Amino acid sequence: MTVSRESFFGPLDDVSGDAGYTEHPERVGFFTDTSVCIGCKACEVACKEWNLLPDGGFDLLGMSFDNTGELSANSWRHVAFIEQPAPPREASPAREADAVDLGLPSFDLPGAGTGEETRTDFRWLMSSDVCKHCTHAGCLDVCPTGALFRTEFGTVVVQDDICNGCGYCVSGCPYGVIDRREGDGRAWKCTMCYDRLRDGMEPACAKACPTDSIQFGPLDELRERARERVATLHEHGVTEARLYGEDPNDGVGGDGAFFLLLDEPEVYGLPPDPVVPTRDAGSMWSRAGVAAAAFAAAAVSVFFGRSRR
Amino acid sequence: MSRSLGRVSAGDGRREQRQAGEEDFRSYYGRRVLKEPVWEWLVPAYLFAGGLSAACAELAAGADLTRRPRLRKAARLGALGGLGTSMYFLIADLGRPERFHHMLRVAKPSSPMSVGTWILVAYGPGVGVAAMAELLPSRLRRSRPGKLLGVLARPAGLASAAVAPGVASYTAVLLSHTAVPAWNEARDRLPFVFTGSAAAAGGGFGMVCAPVDEAEPARKLAAVGAVTELVTSRQLDERLGVVSEAYRTGKAHRLRRWSEYLTAGGALGSLLAGRSRAAAVASGLALLAGSALQRFGIFEAGVESTKDPKYVVVPQRRRVDRGEQA
Repeated sequence: MTVSRESFFGPLDDVSGDAGYTEHPERVGFFTDTSVCIGCKACEVACKEWNLLPDGGFDLLGMSFDNTGELSANSWRHVAFIEQPAPPREASPAREADAVDLGLPSFDLPGAGTGEETRTDFRWLMSSDVCKHCTHAGCLDVCPTGALFRTEFGTVVVQDDICNGCGYCVSGCPYGVIDRREGDGRAWKCTMCYDRLRDGMEPACAKACPTDSIQFGPLDELRERARERVATLHEHGVTEARLYGEDPNDGVGGDGAFFLLLDEPEVYGLPPDPVVPTRDAGSMWSRAGVAAAAFAAAAVSVFFGRSRR
Repeated sequence: MSRSLGRVSAGDGRREQRQAGEEDFRSYYGRRVLKEPVWEWLVPAYLFAGGLSAACAELAAGADLTRRPRLRKAARLGALGGLGTSMYFLIADLGRPERFHHMLRVAKPSSPMSVGTWILVAYGPGVGVAAMAELLPSRLRRSRPGKLLGVLARPAGLASAAVAPGVASYTAVLLSHTAVPAWNEARDRLPFVFTGSAAAAGGGFGMVCAPVDEAEPARKLAAVGAVTELVTSRQLDERLGVVSEAYRTGKAHRLRRWSEYLTAGGALGSLLAGRSRAAAVASGLALLAGSALQRFGIFEAGVESTKDPKYVVVPQRRRVDRGEQA
């Protein structure tokens, strides 16, 4: 194992290898395609059940159907609901071509039409958020006990028997995912069902998802599939479809769990361009070194010079 | 049961309308993007106590070498007191204090808290030995262990003084090496604010505890530290773009404004402190209070900057819109 600049920032091909695994399975991840999410929250429930997460209390937040609010120590999947005016659609050639003529007799009645004109300009966005399992994970980098570690699958997991609840990871995460559990004192977050992965099973949320909005698999395959999905959606006129977190050149070296979104990330409560704080570790330490040297120089020099004693 | 039934702000992701002059941005129901730091008042209190201890260790070593026994004694005890309270604050702030020793399982260069742990491990014993030598009752000084302690005190003090600049400055990296916007964006300037604040506090402590005729180095250190702190602290208010607002508003602003008054007053007072013990004590206390309030103010600005999604979304959105790479 060698620590290179790529270990802290930038694209990293073999994330488990960089963490010291000589032989390891390929990196796995989630591709969450929000264009087919129906907001059933089966992922939230399955996650709670499998991981035995405590009840978060009964809250009515007044935020559409979202009464979970955000990812937390007790909620490792969170479905966001956004009610908004739909973007204007241009008639898409692909859609017209897809229509199949069933040959039924038809005649125009008043008000009859394709249905297009009766639709409102409203749309409901739903998205199941989760820990991103970053290539360069802010939480993992700052953990002072080694409780957070990189698994052989390339995911990031907290060891609950090691964590001493220092809380540094909570502030180290540029996505605001990991949190300390009230009354427990330790940090908790999604493990991508590490126990299930080790037994060759997919994570509980992906298993429970009825529309395959949450897809689990080798990250390279998911990235390929996601690019195809975006192309298809663009063809169908859904030009606002975009991927979030799939780019290995982004501020965290790419996410192990990435998304297909239908609006800007911040609309879903996601940071538009997160950067792992470790990117600037070198420059921060050198500035601190300069400040330390100045401090030492000041401390020495105050003992020189004329004394009034 | 219902926390915010009535709130409908920008849940549809429309640009939030804010007061004139503020930037428009979109968010998820106006909710925070990041988690607030889980740290409480103990952490800024540690930042202060650690800085005070480091500056005292420097004064103690210098006083030892220049034969200022009363300044040496005060500073050695100040260094130990600061370190002791630091340790208490650090451990008490853990979610599982009984597991504090898990910090010693690993040495991780990517974690400033791990680096800091090992800096403190290197720093602590020297401070302890030097202070023990001061505290030893005179009847025990002739004993064999007493003599040994007397011999070890100087090298121990010098060793801790060599590490002290690290103790005073690493805490700036500790805060900046996070996603907290107000701390992260301040990363180029925070080390100077912190070492300045530490020097002002240590100098102030020396002015309070040592007699006027021995305290000249303390007065000088206090003045240099105070000026550094005042100048660099102002930069946080002005040069961090959107994030500066977190320093300029609310509780953070109030704490830091009082810090500025006290530090400036203490620095001016240190000019008179060579003549009057009363002036020395008053300005020393002002400097100590100013340093503490600075740490609490900076801490508060960081917490605020995680509560409002503006501090996360606006700078990042601007970067994306300009097509800049992270």
